[in-house]
Amino acid sequence: MNTELKRQIMLDNYSNPFHKETKDKDYIKTNANNISCIDDINLFLKIENDIIIDAYFDGEACAISTSSTSIMLKNIINKNINDVKEYINNFENMIYEKEYNKDILKEALVYDEIYKQENRKTCATLPYEALKKAIAKN
Amino acid sequence: MYREDFPMFKQDYIYLDNGATTFKPQIVIDAITDYYCNYSANAHRGDYSISYKVDLEYEGARKKVAEFINADINEVVFNSGSTEGLNTIVSGFFDNLVDPGDEIIISKSEHASNVLPWFRLANKHNLKIVYVPLDANLHITLEGIKSVITSNTKVIALAETTNVVGDIRPIKAICEYAHKNNIFVVVDGAQSTPHKETDVKDSDVDFLVFSGHKMCGPTGIGVLYGKKELLEELDPLILGGGMNESFDSEKEIYLKDIPQRLEAGTPNIAGAIGLGAAIDYLQNIGMDNISIYEQKLKNYLVSKLLEIEHIKIINEEAGSGIVAFNIEGIFSQDVAYYLNKYNVCVRAGNHCAKILKSVTGVKNTVRVSLYFYNTYEEIDSLIELLMDKEKILKEMI
Repeated sequence: MNTELKRQIMLDNYSNPFHKETKDKDYIKTNANNISCIDDINLFLKIENDIIIDAYFDGEACAISTSSTSIMLKNIINKNINDVKEYINNFENMIYEKEYNKDILKEALVYDEIYKQENRKTCATLPYEALKKAIAKN
Repeated sequence: MYREDFPMFKQDYIYLDNGATTFKPQIVIDAITDYYCNYSANAHRGDYSISYKVDLEYEGARKKVAEFINADINEVVFNSGSTEGLNTIVSGFFDNLVDPGDEIIISKSEHASNVLPWFRLANKHNLKIVYVPLDANLHITLEGIKSVITSNTKVIALAETTNVVGDIRPIKAICEYAHKNNIFVVVDGAQSTPHKETDVKDSDVDFLVFSGHKMCGPTGIGVLYGKKELLEELDPLILGGGMNESFDSEKEIYLKDIPQRLEAGTPNIAGAIGLGAAIDYLQNIGMDNISIYEQKLKNYLVSKLLEIEHIKIINEEAGSGIVAFNIEGIFSQDVAYYLNKYNVCVRAGNHCAKILKSVTGVKNTVRVSLYFYNTYEEIDSLIELLMDKEKILKEMI
């Protein structure tokens, strides 16, 4: 994937994010915010029989965080918790420059060069912090 | 203007985050280094010559601060900064003074440090927090203050200059009116004392706090000013060495006089000496020159920003060097990240004024805060970077 395409995918997900909507008490709600900036994201997850059957988010965050959340949601809906954990591991390995499986990251591969901007790694991983909290709550 | 005095400018930064902290001139760094290299002893232990020199320098710094704000030397307490100062005033003075039902007037554009200590006090004593109405420009007027004063008002606590809206409040007029009604006035000078003449006798404030690092001084040093008779009533929140006269095994404690009573433990000696050097430096330029120049520079910035269609300024009319704005459809943090790619340092966010959004409807902004060392050329560079929205969208990620 070239840089221009990656940028376009991020921008698309920032401008028209997937499932950006506040949900009610039927959902597990978790928050992630970045201590070094102003990103602030709420995640709403519905888990049944160890499967994430629905997921939404709201909040205010930068282009990287917002697009990363949008892409993450597309990748986890209708997935088994164990597969989601595997997906999180792979995403984090990519961000922190370790070995990872490209096949399961799909659109999230657009962040494979984010390590070049040290101060934006936490933007990309922010929604994953909220996701880990939600899984732990379940 | 004065840029050669600052080592940080050897690097190619356009630093526009002076509301957060300022760069330090070499003369301040030298004063600190001189203390650590040449007379690095403790204060108030004048048994040997280098310690005596510490006393002279530390108390000399206090004298400089006193002259800088036109206070008496005993009315100047060194601490870690404005936040500590406000907490000390709230917990050491007002905690002993308030009764349930008393009212505290603040504004919705205050920094967290002038909100949260009052919230805690209000929760503890069942007090009421009252917000001064902000006018269309988000400014405070004396009329606005008068409209919320009641017979229960105990204290008005305001920043002289706010850190997001950047408006300069009419502190002298507020004090005059408040004192006629037996109301105390506490002023957060963090954003004003570094930029304009401060005269506590003229304004008649009861308490004033400010931070050294926002005025070319080191981090970790600040000042609490209080009228002598009020500082006498302020309970020290921290007890220990340097603040007691004597104590005995029967738990009797005899405290020193102010201000030493309010400076327990080894003080931030290097910080105070550095702040003293910073004050010398600012005095040499002249506080009036600083505020006049900043105002001109800010007017220039605003006039240029107004020409850009996709930019919306939230505080066009502010009297200080603070400009907060947004670019239509772009999150403020992304604007800051984009500018950072060109070594331009601005702040994005709510700037610790988290209840302001309930008035403005705007939660986050890009903030440019100027100081006397910023230049017209820097503003031109900033404007050029902000002009092309497509470029920002392209380069922000």
